[in-house]
Amino acid sequence: MGLFNKFQKTRESIETLRHYSNSFFRIVIDEVISGTEAVINGRPTILAGTNNYLGMPQRKECIEAACQAIMEQGTGTTGSRMANGTYSIHVELEQAMSRFLHKKHTIVFTTGYSANLSVLSTVVGPKDIVILDADCHASIYDGCRLGGVQVYRFRHNDMADLGKRIERLSKGGANILIAVEGLYSMLGDRAPLREIVRLKTRYGAYLLVDEAHSLGVLGEKGRGLAEEAGVEDDVDFVIGTFSKSLGSVGGYCSSNHKELELLRFTSRPYVFTASSSPANIAAARKAIEIIEREPELRRRLWENANQLFNRLQEMSFVLGPAPSPIIPVRFQEIPQAFEAWNGLLENGVYVNIVLPPASPDGTALLRCSLSASHSPDQVEKIAKAFKKIKHLA
Amino acid sequence: MKADERILSKIVEILHQHVSKKTAIRAETNLEADLSVDSLKSMEILAAVEDAFDISIPINVLSDIETVEDLALEIEGLLKEQQ
Repeated sequence: MGLFNKFQKTRESIETLRHYSNSFFRIVIDEVISGTEAVINGRPTILAGTNNYLGMPQRKECIEAACQAIMEQGTGTTGSRMANGTYSIHVELEQAMSRFLHKKHTIVFTTGYSANLSVLSTVVGPKDIVILDADCHASIYDGCRLGGVQVYRFRHNDMADLGKRIERLSKGGANILIAVEGLYSMLGDRAPLREIVRLKTRYGAYLLVDEAHSLGVLGEKGRGLAEEAGVEDDVDFVIGTFSKSLGSVGGYCSSNHKELELLRFTSRPYVFTASSSPANIAAARKAIEIIEREPELRRRLWENANQLFNRLQEMSFVLGPAPSPIIPVRFQEIPQAFEAWNGLLENGVYVNIVLPPASPDGTALLRCSLSASHSPDQVEKIAKAFKKIKHLA
Repeated sequence: MKADERILSKIVEILHQHVSKKTAIRAETNLEADLSVDSLKSMEILAAVEDAFDISIPINVLSDIETVEDLALEIEGLLKEQQ
């Protein structure tokens, strides 16, 4: 047995995918034209699969803040938050996030992935229990695995299933943490957070909500699903990322539990990683300011999301459960999904293709994500490109 | 170590509801290789098994379960823990 024999199945899968689409492995952004358009394979292409919900990566103020941070503080910190990698801007961003989210404590991490890894590998341990939604992101699963906590899944957004499991597991007397997401990354649907809070309260559990896709997107002030559902005080740990609506890189966890601060000493992914670069931190800080003062960005995002959802629904595509800045278009067969994806690309539209087991329910998805920066004309072009591939759905 | 026959037969009954009816299922049957149980199907099967035995199976143990007998032994262990 050679070291690499274990990759044989992966090799075969890659060959199968290559048979469906060579382009799948050649998606390189050659030139960024704007937040919603890029040159791919030599052709100007509308980007409709980027998680760039609010257009922050291209905002002049964010770029200027990042440039200024580089000029004043350099390109990297060369150290962990625990050692020489905590600059005043890291602390200021933590304070800004706490203020924005109405929480007492915030830790900023180097990525959203490491935020989940840090919190879930440390806050809960082998004697505790995590009950998570089956559609939770890989970083939530990986954080649990790193800490050795006992993990139980409930069916996606199925409150009867969660209720049954928490009732059964609460009999053992262990601490229980429920982990869910605000807006799910593949289907674009919300967690039923009020019902989850009801169960959490009834059984004395803790609640972690990953608002990676909902920060800046949901809630009157853009604080996410917990704000929209009116349950912010009931969420013990809010996790999120700077890499989507904030257009930077990094992650955070905010909480009213003062013990969150102890993670700075106990969390291996926090201690043993270089801190975020000054440019990333400065860009995220500026983006939070913009989210706070420009609610119209959220309004434009939702107008675009509703426009595309309605147009695709008129064409009888099978979509996610409700309009959302993430719109999954379902295909029963993988070859047809690839043909449709290739067709969209040839018509100048890039979306994500998601295949089982990454897609939640065994179907293939063409996943669209909208931006406040898309013009109504671009949204219409995306809809027209879908019309051309309708026969494949 | 041999699994309890009653637990085995209940698992086989549940598996027959989720995989091809034509497949013969025995203690040594491999869930992935012989029954093509993928991650999605495994969740449905585990939920049915949990309800049938009124237990909770942590996903941490799934990587150790390859055969029907492995699953039966895991359930046996969880039932003993509950007593």
